[in-house]
Amino acid sequence: MSESTASGRFSLSNGQSASISQTPVMGMASFQETVLHEVEDGARISAMFGQPVDGGNIRLWAILSQDRQSLLLPLCTETDADYPALTPHCTQAHGFEREIWEQWRIRPQGHPWLKPVRFHAPYRSESAGTSDAAAPEIGVMPFFKVEGEEVHEVAVGPVHAGIIEPGHFRFQCYGENVLHLEISLGYQHRGIERHLTSGPDPRTLHYMETLAGDTTIGHTTAYCQILEALSGTGISVRAQVLRGIALELERIANHTGDIGALAGDVGFLPTLSYCGRIRGDVLNMTAVICGNRFGRGLVRPGGAGHDLDTALRHELQQRLNAVEKDLSVAVNLLWKTSSVMARFEGAGAIRREDAEMLGLVGPVARACGLERDVRNDMPHGIFQFTQIPVSTCSSGDVMARAHVRWLEIQRSITFIREQLDSMPDETVTTPLSPLKPDHIAVSLVEGWRGEICHIALTDRQGRFAAYKIVDPSFHNWFALAYALRNQQISDFPLCNKSFNLSYCGHDL
Amino acid sequence: MLNTLLARIQQKHRTIAFPDGPPPPLPDRFAGRPVIHPERCPSGCRCCADACPVGAIRQTDRLRLDLGQCIFCMECVAACPHHHITFSRDYRLAARKRTDLYLENPDEFRFAAALDHHARRLFGRSLKLRQVCAGGCNACEADVNVLGTVGWDLGRFGIQFVASPRHADGLLVTGPVPENMRQALLKTYEATPSPKLVIAVGACAISGGIYNGHEEVHNGVCDLLPVDLLIPGCPPHPLTILDGLLRLIGRIDKNKT
Repeated sequence: MSESTASGRFSLSNGQSASISQTPVMGMASFQETVLHEVEDGARISAMFGQPVDGGNIRLWAILSQDRQSLLLPLCTETDADYPALTPHCTQAHGFEREIWEQWRIRPQGHPWLKPVRFHAPYRSESAGTSDAAAPEIGVMPFFKVEGEEVHEVAVGPVHAGIIEPGHFRFQCYGENVLHLEISLGYQHRGIERHLTSGPDPRTLHYMETLAGDTTIGHTTAYCQILEALSGTGISVRAQVLRGIALELERIANHTGDIGALAGDVGFLPTLSYCGRIRGDVLNMTAVICGNRFGRGLVRPGGAGHDLDTALRHELQQRLNAVEKDLSVAVNLLWKTSSVMARFEGAGAIRREDAEMLGLVGPVARACGLERDVRNDMPHGIFQFTQIPVSTCSSGDVMARAHVRWLEIQRSITFIREQLDSMPDETVTTPLSPLKPDHIAVSLVEGWRGEICHIALTDRQGRFAAYKIVDPSFHNWFALAYALRNQQISDFPLCNKSFNLSYCGHDL
Repeated sequence: MLNTLLARIQQKHRTIAFPDGPPPPLPDRFAGRPVIHPERCPSGCRCCADACPVGAIRQTDRLRLDLGQCIFCMECVAACPHHHITFSRDYRLAARKRTDLYLENPDEFRFAAALDHHARRLFGRSLKLRQVCAGGCNACEADVNVLGTVGWDLGRFGIQFVASPRHADGLLVTGPVPENMRQALLKTYEATPSPKLVIAVGACAISGGIYNGHEEVHNGVCDLLPVDLLIPGCPPHPLTILDGLLRLIGRIDKNKT
């Protein structure tokens, strides 16, 4: 077992692959020391996961993002049973260590919150030989409880009141005040990661398109970047432009829907109804490109599944102008309405240092003042050639999360307009070469909810030995619980909507 | 207040005229109901069946495409060397029976029939639905949700989504029904007073879709509950969903375009 030193450690850039042998297996102590040191130094844990290797061991991988250097640091170690948990020293590891324990029965000793994440049967039985191979019953676990005469518990879900995905929320309340909220998910678990192993196969691409259907472009782009990295394929700039336009349309559509829904949650119906319709207009723009409102079939390995001729580009420009005009009126109405501002301001605030500690990503992190955006920090594809300014706000509350979305919408509109005007005359597909064996590739995309991280490890035949997906929601769900502390329970829908996290992206 | 009124004037009246007027325009690249020509297929050719990622196409003695499983990825179109599979622009996909979704002939499709007289008297002018997302990816959910916006205004047909199964006349289910949602779905069904309807929206809810065969899911709702209306697609276009719902309550004539 080789040990690497702190200096000269091997790193990757976004959308790059390398031989796995370049990432030596470290000793557990040295692995943990490095993770803690790097996180203290400003790195983030973009992913942690386990991979079964020969001999019954589990290889633990950590992918650290060094945003300032635009580098990704892959680290690994091996273990066959228990190990001292990272979480007590590094909150960002919290969800990942639970996930690794649930999947591989590797127990992080001293983990303060070791409960199921998705409630599925473990992928291997406990090494000690105890037979706990059955899946735990969904939602059955020891919830955190506050005791006291006037303390009461409120349980919500999995089936919610609106047209929304399932999840369970357990509030500990003192009167109207929420002392604590615990979120228990897993209801959407479809076993996607398990079925990705030994791929790619004909279904793989479609898993990517539907693992979080409102983020089809984001996740499919991340996956295609993985295949392109592993096969050493460079795609045309025209294809990169198409992917960029689709990604920003996805952002505009979802942010528009969110701003409308926030208005709805404080009872301001004009913006709710306008934004609901305008969101549809943006989805229809994606359908102009590929026929499907969610971008199915648009992003394809080696490029894009559809191209735009001059007439369609002109049509998209026209539609974009109309959207911009209607949306400005609808959204600016919000900022001018004092009864809306009174509800948005100060609700569900998260402090910048807490956002950093929790490892938050996307608009939620930027609303706390963190300049964190994959398009800027680890640019890949078209974002290597053009910059979108990072939109931030400092108050960390519902108001900030709404405002960051509006800033991002405006900047995405500017971006799309420029890109439609300057598409180079090229083909949009490049054939892929076979995937390199024994390689690792990491791909990050700034989806509308934040950082999407995909990691693939190939085996000797160039098939996926492991494929890890981290939806931005995986980082941010805990922040919603955090934001609710000492808030009124009646503000929960508003706070929840201001995060609008994915259940299926989390549950996979 | 004045700002609010000015904004209201600027945003105009946007509700579609359908079904009394024409349906809203669909994008040029829209993929509607597939059309197959099994009578022209050379014997032994399995190109389309092998290309389908979900196994929606069977090529035994005669070609059969299961619309309830199809995710409209069009891999089959690219794979057929004879161009015997095409995707039309017909958005009308809903059916009342699972077997009605098996396409075997180019010209034949049994559109969803209206409820019987008794059920129409109950639900025809007021249909309250409880939506249950059971493993749905939020695309079907989003396009069901959009029917509530001012553009589609589902409320004008008396159809509404309600917050409790106790208030509902039926369930609208999306997703392949993961084992982790099975109990919640069945409990929600039990909590809905009879007589009640079940509507399955999307390939996942009808057959499991791309998740068909995963041991984590139940291949949709059809084996768990009696289903009254099936609306295929991945996800179905809002117009497809609206068309299905209106046919069920008898607001669209049998074969009307």
